[in-house]
Formats: sequence, structure tokens, C-alpha cells
Amino acid sequence: MAFQMTDIIPALPEIFLAGLALVLVLVAAFGGEEAGNARRVTRLSLVGIAIAVFLLVQGDAMPSLAFGGMFAADSFAFYMKALVLVGTFAALLLSLRPEGNDDINKPEFALLVMLALVGMMLMISADDLLALYMGIELQSLPLYVVAAMRTNSLRSSEAGLKYFLLGALSSGMLLYGASLVYGICGTTDFAGIAASLSSGDLPVAFIVGMVFMVSGLAFKVSAAPFHMWTPDVYEGSPTPVTTLFAIAPKVAAMALLMRLTYGAFGQIADQWSQVLVALSIASMAVGALGAIMQTDIKRMMAYSSIAHMGYALAGLAAGTPAGAAGVMIYMTGYVFMGAGTFAIILLMRRDGQAATKIVDLKGLSRTHPLLAIGLLVMMFSMAGIPPLAGFFGKWYVFLAAVQAGLVPLAVIGVVMSVVGAFYYLRIIRLMYFEDTDAPLDAEIPAVNKLVLGVSMAVILLFFAGLGGVLTATDTAAIALMGGAR
Amino acid sequence: MYSSIVFLPLLGSVIAGFLSLYNRDRMAELATIAGLLLSLLFSIIAFAEVAIGGEPVTVDLARWIVSGDFVAHWRLRFDTLTAVMLIVVTGVSSMVHIYSVGYMSHDKARARFMSYLSLFTFAMLMLVTADNLVQLFFGWEGVGVASYLLIGFWYKKDSAHTAAMKAFVVNRVGDFGFALGILAVYQIFGSVEFDVIFNDAGLLSKTDISFLGFTLPALEVAGILLFIGAMGKSAQLGLHTWLPDAMEGPTPVSALIHAATMVTAGVFMVCRLSPMLEFAPVSLAVITIIGGTTAIFAATVGMTQFDIKRVIAYSTCSQLGYMFFAAGVSAYPAAMFHLTTHAFFKALLFLGAGSVIHALSDEQDLRRMGGIWKKIPVTYAMMWIGSLALAGFPFFAGFYSKDMILEAAYAAHTGVGNYAFWMGCAAAFLTAFYSWRLLIMAFHGKPRASAEAMAHIHESPKVMTIPLFVLALGAIFSGWLGYELFVGHNMAAFWGDSIFILPWNHAMEGAHHVPTWVKLLPVLLAASGVVLAVLFYVVLPDMPRRVAAAFRPIYLFFFNKWYFDELYDRIFVGPAVRFGALLWQRGDKDTIDGFGPDGMSALVYRISGYCARIQTGFVFHYAFAMLIGVVIFVTWYYLRIRGVGV
Repeated sequence: MAFQMTDIIPALPEIFLAGLALVLVLVAAFGGEEAGNARRVTRLSLVGIAIAVFLLVQGDAMPSLAFGGMFAADSFAFYMKALVLVGTFAALLLSLRPEGNDDINKPEFALLVMLALVGMMLMISADDLLALYMGIELQSLPLYVVAAMRTNSLRSSEAGLKYFLLGALSSGMLLYGASLVYGICGTTDFAGIAASLSSGDLPVAFIVGMVFMVSGLAFKVSAAPFHMWTPDVYEGSPTPVTTLFAIAPKVAAMALLMRLTYGAFGQIADQWSQVLVALSIASMAVGALGAIMQTDIKRMMAYSSIAHMGYALAGLAAGTPAGAAGVMIYMTGYVFMGAGTFAIILLMRRDGQAATKIVDLKGLSRTHPLLAIGLLVMMFSMAGIPPLAGFFGKWYVFLAAVQAGLVPLAVIGVVMSVVGAFYYLRIIRLMYFEDTDAPLDAEIPAVNKLVLGVSMAVILLFFAGLGGVLTATDTAAIALMGGAR
Repeated sequence: MYSSIVFLPLLGSVIAGFLSLYNRDRMAELATIAGLLLSLLFSIIAFAEVAIGGEPVTVDLARWIVSGDFVAHWRLRFDTLTAVMLIVVTGVSSMVHIYSVGYMSHDKARARFMSYLSLFTFAMLMLVTADNLVQLFFGWEGVGVASYLLIGFWYKKDSAHTAAMKAFVVNRVGDFGFALGILAVYQIFGSVEFDVIFNDAGLLSKTDISFLGFTLPALEVAGILLFIGAMGKSAQLGLHTWLPDAMEGPTPVSALIHAATMVTAGVFMVCRLSPMLEFAPVSLAVITIIGGTTAIFAATVGMTQFDIKRVIAYSTCSQLGYMFFAAGVSAYPAAMFHLTTHAFFKALLFLGAGSVIHALSDEQDLRRMGGIWKKIPVTYAMMWIGSLALAGFPFFAGFYSKDMILEAAYAAHTGVGNYAFWMGCAAAFLTAFYSWRLLIMAFHGKPRASAEAMAHIHESPKVMTIPLFVLALGAIFSGWLGYELFVGHNMAAFWGDSIFILPWNHAMEGAHHVPTWVKLLPVLLAASGVVLAVLFYVVLPDMPRRVAAAFRPIYLFFFNKWYFDELYDRIFVGPAVRFGALLWQRGDKDTIDGFGPDGMSALVYRISGYCARIQTGFVFHYAFAMLIGVVIFVTWYYLRIRGVGV
């Protein structure tokens, strides 16, 4: 397969970021070991992401395929990449501050994040089983490393190792499934797979392959019962790493799952719908019920993200354009809720030490009224209270589910979001109705203020921009369902 | 000017409400009284223009409800019927406002009290100016709320807020009938506007309606349902139990709401709906029977009571019975006439009783009064005037209106009319008896009050006695002045279109040509009632006890108000409370809370703990969970495909 100029233009942001990552390898290697170098690499990365956003926006709006049909650049890819870029930008920005003993003040951190970012963008654009696998591995391997970044911490190493082992297992399942799908369909191209499925009965081997692939991807979005790594990794990793995990990779994995189900398996939605229903219900239940007993806020956020993936999967399970649009709306809110919440969690320090117990938030409204308001907005949004962004996400996924005839799923979802509201509201109670004698550190760096402020603005004003979001997601959903074919 | 009659009291109420926050009692009193006096002035002008001048006015305010075919306006209707009510309401209300300044002078929340009084007046005016049934209902409920607030004004007193709740709940029963009646009217006429209803009533008098599975004459159903509403508000037999208890409110409230105005709303409504009810003869018969029975029932109870305000309350109940049976025999003008005169003399009696209570340091029991007539001569004289008017002695107000009613009932020449006539005559006798019993027990004989109370005794201040004088003028002259206008030979010109009587319902006309004995009988009965009272309580003071002992069962029956309260407690209240307790304990706490919130949250906690325990931290457990998940999914699909038959 020969490269042509027409292949480069659609993939310009990815190519730029990959090139930048290689330059950063040199900067990291020869820029010295001190903290200043790490800061320099991070700043360069932030500038690079900003340029990548610019390239993405400037790029050709026409849907196009590149690299022999392996790479799809359409409005769906555009929307999800924008989310991933914004999310990664926020996570890197929040990591800028020296984090004491969190020990990520190394040049490698930003470098690895940049590589993972390229992987995520490739995942979003993947239109071929090979591209899919390559994107996933490019994203995963750096993330395994950053999870274990805090080398002097047992928990961090344990988190990295667990993530790696289980990730390898899921990769194995994914590969095995992909090989079965290839064996039946005779092609790795998503369009080809879809074409070969449009006629005749489905062999059992194909179904098995499909289930394995969906399961492997379910691991990446941490859907139950493939979620078990999430709480341990969230808790064990350094908080800036957890921030990244909570925001960007979920979006990429969800996008890939959508490409696979809506694109390659689009003709047989009735076949994969039920496995997604099961994943969705299990995730919503585990996320809502598991979070209640947690005492650590990072662990609680892990369960919260499991629940959020469950809600998003409810939209996916609908198998309709409305469902795809609902998932995109949900993920939009999710990125900003995660960024805003972690901007606050990163500030939970007492005398310079991280304090990540939920009870540490007691009396926050007295000591840090602004943070308390911010967290209040985030928690209300996650609980799905109108008119915040989280409400519209839930509204559109459940609406799509009901329209697709999945009423029981929507009912369970609503019940579970009521259960889930309990632990979000508990945080608000602690902040506003209890007092503390050990206040958290007073300093609030500008980057946290910026991220929190932007997130709050997006969540509070989401309803105002809802029209634009709906147009964009509808276009993207149509592109996803049939644009490239 | 017309709409300011209605809205000035509301303005006063709002101002007084705000002033009550700052304890500016004097300013609140001035604001509400000024609003009422202006409203009274405008009402008099309106009466001259509308009733005397014969030019009805309607004022469009706004569209209120528009829903499909259903349209309801805010529109004020001023015709003769309304104008009469305006005079009664604003006249009595302004006197009561002024009187309250003196009566409530020791109270801490006078601004709040004045605000409530004005709010009530606004709602009452809204009621009488209504142009459709929904607006009437608005005023109807408004006076209900104000009445609730005022009965329970001393809300720290247990008996007061219980009485307030009782009034509210009993009225709900009536209001339910009323609301159903409005729905029935809408079903029949397709509108709730009075003009439409009155125009079409004759045409639609033969239509039927399906109600509770029976096919019944539509207008009769609507008429009886609406009358149930009137029974609640006007304390007619069956739904009367709240009125005596309502005496827990301050005495000016009893005078304004529970004697002169609100309780007459039912009578007003029946007269207002005369163009419809005329085509519902069965409804009218029911109204006559209920009215006649209430008149005698309340009079028998009033004879035996010892609380000065309760005696007058039962007397009110009885007089309302008169008004209803007058309306029931199509003598609507007579009913309205009695409503007007009654408002003056009954308000006078209540305010006079209030003056007695005030003088005796809040004593209400007749058995602990007596021997005070020389000390409070003005009040004493006022009570005489009120009683003479109530008993219907010649040339006092009650004489004209009550005789007119009894003559009309006789002249109706129907079975129910005769029943009502005889009940009314008996009640007239009893009325005179209990009125003089009250006068003698309260003012004459040996002082029975405590020495301390007797030492404090004093005539009420001017601010209280002047309203008494004004009302006394009404009690003396309103009958004489109003006779020709209201029920004279030219009454048709006076009432205009506001009251409609079918030509063959000739009770009003016949009332002027009854035999002489019918005209004389009520006066003779009243006189003998007075003689009997004097005999019992002055000449032979031992007699009441001996009579009570001799006819003990009957006495107890009367004394215990025909056991209505006990009966209702047994039949309705007790089972309702037990049923509520069952729902609360077994239903809510055990079932809903047990399985619902409490049970759910306990379950959630259990499952949550279980979820947390699964999270062991061992990688092989996690991997095992993933593999089990895949295996389950694959098996599930495999079975499904096999089930389909691949």
C-alpha cells in the first residue's frame, strides 16, 4: 500500500502529534533531569495539542478515507477527537503544578501522554480491524506506564501492574474475537465486514467473535463485569494520572465501540444490542451500588465513571442514530464533569499531603466557598439534575432507549440514577452541613481555577448551547451510521 | 368606581398585612377602615344607580381561563341583587371594622386581624359580584379561607384551631357538592356564564343527565348539588355543625362572617340562580323542607344552650332556615329582604353580646351573668332592640321580613309550603322565648359573676358603641324602609332581571292576600314566647329546672344538639381516624416505608457492601470475573441461536 498526499491531509493532526512526540523524546532525553525540564515538555505538549486542535478545525470537513480505508475522517471522528483533545489538554494542564510526592514531575509523563493521545485519535478514526488494534495498543501501553509512574509507591506500581495484566487479557480477547470475525468475513475492513453481513444467517463463530470483541472493548470503557481494574487503578495511580484516565481514554474507547457496532456490525444491531443492554444494566448497578460504601473519593469516582459508562451504553444499545447522538451528548458532559471534579480533587491536600478521603470535604463551604460551589455543580450534574449538562446526557440516552423499545432498560437506568444520587448528594451534605476542624490547604493555583471555571461554564450553560450540540451530534451520528459507506 | 368597591378592601388587607410585620397596628386599623368606608360610600352610590335607577352594570376585568370550549372571565356583575348584598356586606363590615378597634384593643396582633377582616370582605364582595359560577366559587372559597383564618385567629387556643379545622372540613363536604354542581351546569349548558345559563334554562329544562348510573332530570341534579354547597356555607341541617363551634373566633368575626354575611352566601346563591332553579321544582321542594326543618331544629337547640354566643349562633342557623324556605317557595325577594334585615339585627346582637363579654372580662356563660343592666345601659338597650327585631315585634325590622316569609310560605299552597309555614311559626315562638331567656339571664336577677369581674364591669368605649347605634338604626328602620322596595307591589321593577319567578309560582303575590289570622299569628306567638320566658325566668325561677327534669329525654336531646356531633363522630370521624391510623401504621410505615425508602436503602447498603467485598484486590479474581463475563455472554448467545434453530 503506497502513501499518497491525499492520505496525509485527513490525518494531519495525528501526524503532527506523532512527530511532536518524537521531538519530545529528544527534549526529554537531553533537556536534563530536573523538574524544569518536565515542565518544559508539558508546556510544549500543551502547545502541540492546541495546534492539533487548530489543524483538526482547519481540516477538510468532507468525510474521507485514508491509508487504504484504514483511517476514517468524518464528522463523528471530528467531534470525538475534539472531546479527546480538550480532555487531554485539561488533564495535562492540571498536572502542571508540582505535585509534591506524587512523583510525576518527570519529562516522560507528558511524552507518554502525547503518545497515548495519538493512540486515542487513531482509535477514533479506526475503520479497519488492524487500525483498531494498533490504536488500542498505542493508547494502552503508555497508560500502563503512567499508572505506575510513582515508582516509590507500592500502590502505584500495583495499579500499573494490574492494569497491564488485565489489559493484556482484554487485548487477547479482542484479538481472538477479531481473528474470528476476519475468518468469517474474509476482510478486516469495517465496510467489507458490514457488506458481508448484509446477507444470510450468521454463523455461531461470528457471534462468538463479536462477543469477544465487544467484551475486550468493554474493558477499555470499564463496563461491568470488565470493570474490576477501575477502582484499584484510579485509587493507586497518582491523581493527575487518574484525572487523565477519568477523562480521555473512555471517550476514545467509547468512540471505537461505536464505530465497531454501528459501522462494522451496523446491519445486525438486533444481535449485539442485547449484550450492550446487559453491559449497561450491570455497569449502572455496579457503579451506583458500589460507590455507596466507598470512603476514598478517587475510588468513588471510579465507580461513578463505571455508572456513567453504563448510562452511555444504554444509548448505544438503542442502535439508532438518536442513540449514537445521545452517547455523544453524554460523553460531552462527562468530559467536562470529570475535568471540573478532578480540578477540585487535585486540590484536596492538607499540609502538602494529598487528602483523598471523602470526609476530608467536610465544611468545604466554610473554608473554600468557591470550590464548594464548583463541586456542588459537578455533583448535581453527575446526579442528573436539570438543567445541568449531566441531565441532558441522561435525558437523550434514555429517550433513545425508550424510542428503541428498551423501556425496561430506561426504567432501571432511572432507578439506578436515583440510587446514585445518594452518594453525590452525600458529598454536598458534607460540604454544606458539616463542620471541620482540619481545613484543606488554602492555595488554589490558576490552572485549577481555569479548568474548573470553564467546566462549570460549560455545564451550567449547556442548555443554552444545546441546539448546536444537537446539530453536531446528529450530523456525526449519520456519518457514523453510513457516511463512509 | 365599581371595581374599587371590590378591590379597596383587598388593598387595605395587603397594606395591613405588611404593616403587621412591623407591628404598626394603629396604621393598619386606619388603612382598612378607610378602605371599607370608601367602599361603603361607593356601594351606596352603586345601589342608587343600579337598584333604584334600574341600570345594571358589568365590568370586564380580564379573561381568566380559556381551555377548549371552556371560557371563564373575571367580570364584575352589578345588578339589584348584587347591589343589595353590597350594602349589607360593606355596611356591616365597616361597622365591624370600627368595633374591632375597641374590642381587640388588648390583642397583640391587631394588624393581622384587620388584614384578615378586609381579606374576608374582599372575598365576599368577589362572591356577590361574580358573573359566572367559577368566579362565584373563587369568592366562595376565599370567604372559606378567611373564615378559617379568623375562627382560628387565637391559634394558640386548642379549641379555636380545632373549630377552624372543623369549619373548613365540613365546608369541604358542601364545596364538593358545589363543584359537582358547577360541572353538571357546564355539562348541561356548555358554559358557566350566568347570562348563558339563565337564557337557556327554560329551553333545557327537559334535558336529562346521567348521574351515578341513574338518568335524572338535569336541572334538578344541578340544583340539588349546588344547594348542597349552599347548605355547607349557610349551615343548614346536616352541615350546620361547624357554625356553633365557629364561635371560638373573636366576637366581631362572629358578627360579620357567621351572622351577617358569609353564612348568607348560600341564600344569595339560591336567589342568584333563581332563573335556573325555577325550572327545577324538586330542588325547590328540597330547599323548602331543609330550610323549614333547620328553622325549628336550631330554635329548639338554642333554647337550651348557656353560652351567650352559641345561643345567637343557633338563632342565626334558624333564621337562615327561614330564608331558605322562602327561596324554596319562590319568594326570593322575601328571602333577600330577610337576609338584609337579619344582617343588621343579628350583627347588632352579636356585637352587643361582645360588649357584654368585654364588660364581664371575657365571660360567655349565661349562668355566670345577671344583674348588670344598670351598669351597661347602652349595651342593654341595644340588646333589647336586637331581640325585638329578631323576635319580629311590630315595626321592628324582623317583623316585616319574617312575616313576609311566613305569609309567602302559607300562600304557596303546597304541601312543603305548609310544612315550612308551621315549622316557621313554631320557630317564631321559640325564637322569642330564647331571646328573652338570654336577655333575662344576662342582665337581670342576682349577679352570678365573680366579685372580681363585677368590680371591673364597665360600659364599652365609644368606638364600640357607635357601630352599635348604626346597626340599631338598621335593626329598627330597615324593614320599614325596605318593605315597599323589596317585596311591595312594585318589586318587579326594583329587582329587574336579577330575580326570575315563573308566573304560576305566585307565593309572593299571594302573600299580600292571606287571611288575617296568618298575619297575626307570628306576632301572637312571639308575644307568648316572651310571656313564657318571663314566667320561667322571672316569676317562677324554679320552672326551667322542673320542666327539664320532667321532660328529661327531650331536654337532653335538645341540649345535646340532637346528637349531631356525636352521630358524626361515630359514623364519619371515628372510622376515618381509625382508617387513617391503619393506612399510616400498616400502610405507610410498615408497607411503603418498610419495602420502600427504608427497605430499599437497607437493601442498597447490603448489595453495596457485597459489591465492595467482591473487589478483593487480587488480579486473578478480576481476570476470573472477566472470563466468566465472556463465557456467560457467549453461552447466552449460543443458546439463543440454538433456540432460534440455526
